[in-house]
Amino acid sequence: MMDHPPRGRIAYGFLLASLVSLPALAQVDFTGEWAPLYHEDGPERLPGPELGDYTELPINAAARLAGDTYDADRISVVPEYQCRPHGGDYSMRGLGNLRIWREIDQTSEKLVAFHTHMLAWDSERTVWMDGRPHPPDYAPHTWQGFSTGVWDGNMLTITTTHLKTNYMRRNGIPRSDKAVFTEHWTRHGDYLTVVTVIEDPVYLTEPLVRSDNWYVDPGQNIGIFGCEYAPEVPRPEGTVPNHLPGQNPFLHEFANWYGLPYEATRGGAETLYPEYQKKIANEYHPPAHCERYCRCTSLFDCNVTSK
Amino acid sequence: MWGSPPGCEAQRLPPTPSSAFRSRGLLDQGVQRGRWRPAHFEFFAAVFLIAGAGVSFAQPPQTNPDSVQLTMAPVQGNVYVLMGDGGNITVQVGKDGVMLVDTGFAPLAPKAMAEIRKLSGGPIRWIVNTHVHADHTGGNAEMAKLGMTSESIGPPRIVAQSNVLNRMTAPPTGNQPKIPEAEWPNDEYFLPTKDFFFNGEAVVVYHVPAAHTDGDSLVFFRRSDVLSTGDVFTPGSYPILDLARGGSVEGEIKALNQIIDITVPAKYQEGGTLVIPGHGRLCDEADVVEYRNMLTVIRDRFRDMIHKGMTLEQVKAAKPTLDYDTQYGSATGFWTTDMFVEAVYKSLSGKPVSESK
Repeated sequence: MMDHPPRGRIAYGFLLASLVSLPALAQVDFTGEWAPLYHEDGPERLPGPELGDYTELPINAAARLAGDTYDADRISVVPEYQCRPHGGDYSMRGLGNLRIWREIDQTSEKLVAFHTHMLAWDSERTVWMDGRPHPPDYAPHTWQGFSTGVWDGNMLTITTTHLKTNYMRRNGIPRSDKAVFTEHWTRHGDYLTVVTVIEDPVYLTEPLVRSDNWYVDPGQNIGIFGCEYAPEVPRPEGTVPNHLPGQNPFLHEFANWYGLPYEATRGGAETLYPEYQKKIANEYHPPAHCERYCRCTSLFDCNVTSK
Repeated sequence: MWGSPPGCEAQRLPPTPSSAFRSRGLLDQGVQRGRWRPAHFEFFAAVFLIAGAGVSFAQPPQTNPDSVQLTMAPVQGNVYVLMGDGGNITVQVGKDGVMLVDTGFAPLAPKAMAEIRKLSGGPIRWIVNTHVHADHTGGNAEMAKLGMTSESIGPPRIVAQSNVLNRMTAPPTGNQPKIPEAEWPNDEYFLPTKDFFFNGEAVVVYHVPAAHTDGDSLVFFRRSDVLSTGDVFTPGSYPILDLARGGSVEGEIKALNQIIDITVPAKYQEGGTLVIPGHGRLCDEADVVEYRNMLTVIRDRFRDMIHKGMTLEQVKAAKPTLDYDTQYGSATGFWTTDMFVEAVYKSLSGKPVSESK
């Protein structure tokens, strides 16, 4: 028969256990199912950015020319692009539901990593919390990159390197494989706020700072993505659709639809700041009728011709 | 018998989950055990000397070999890569001995061999040269000598496309020294492919004509699923088009497309066949696709401008590579953006650059 320990010893044990586990309790647990909220930058995220819309991007001339000469046919014509996933940075724009879980070392009970799974391309990411350094420059790059996290109070700050080249905006504005992606995760009850910072020496003149929000959704079923490339139109091998510089006929559409001065759609650091609104105030002529994505709150109510 | 060096085993890739990039293990473990060291790309500056209108690829670095750091990194299967000054050296090891793809600079051979000996004490039986340049062939003689063991049945076979041998045996021009016979390939091929079986896997060598040079080879380790490309693929810079040695833009694009044909990603364009470039980091198909796209887009622009009758100066003024310059270009060094633009123009127009002025 097992002896029962004295009550005082049990209490002491609980106290000791709680003291030992205090550091973990002081940190936030992001574990769970999260649904993206689209109240910020809605049309850009879903249904997707307009061609020629470079607003709010502190891009340089190289990125602008890349966007100007991008042909969206590339996504279907280049077989290797058909199943190309979002980068770890673009995934956090909330293009699909998110699952987060923790990896705990069972011996030490220390947090080793957060893992994330997203609907889009079944993308999975590991955020290492065990203090390991990032790999050297010549290690392979991946779509999700290599991520490490540190706590700043209740905020989790994640640094990601080793990303593969991908897009910064899905209309041809690129993000290079030299970019460093920083996230600040903060949980407010059932809401998760993620502030993201992209620093890209190749295509940005200053950091691109954005925020996205998620809502806890314990009943969600992320489902299976699945993708298999399949050439749809016979083309000569190696065809890479592109517009020659100065010959893209679609670049003015965005400015015309929204009554914006063309220059304001071209991006660049200056256009990010409130002072720029004053500069273009006399050139902004809102259209009499909204012709495009007027009342978008989700993918499903974004009628192109809604007025 | 052979084994992994201490610490290297820790970097070896974990069993492949169906959905994972096979090199994720390498990434996940990062530099936790302090095995990784900074890459050295300054080799380029020392390798390539401007000689008149062309580019000389024959000089070894003026670096003290003792100060050069070489890093052996596992790739997958039987294959490793030795990175440092000079071109990447692919190392395949197993029960039959050692095979190398390229041999780096001659002065670095003892140091490189010391790294290889941490993987295997077996004899070097095969060397494949991906092309003629000295940062890939300079160590042929020394590595062949150092790679001999009591198990050797003769010097290693040094495989290369026949144009490599032709260029190495040609009478030297200008101030270039004669290349010693011991550095020459002794097993040249002239058909589109050559294959053999070594260390339990098929090795297929593909000739890609008129790309970086006229004697480029890709080397595919079929079981390990690793492709070594030589300088046909250099992800850190614009492709080096050695027109004087038979390189061309169109051939380079075809070669990149052939790499994409050979490679198969594991899932969603990641992992699967791993690609060892001539210089720079480990890659996979998606990285080659970006590079191929870049050169194809640039080729299309140059074709259009040449068709319109634009001179080289007009083309340069139009900045047709602006969107890629911050990624691949350089204002200084052995292979500048200007030199790349001139080479593309010359290759596509068929005109010597001087005629366009």
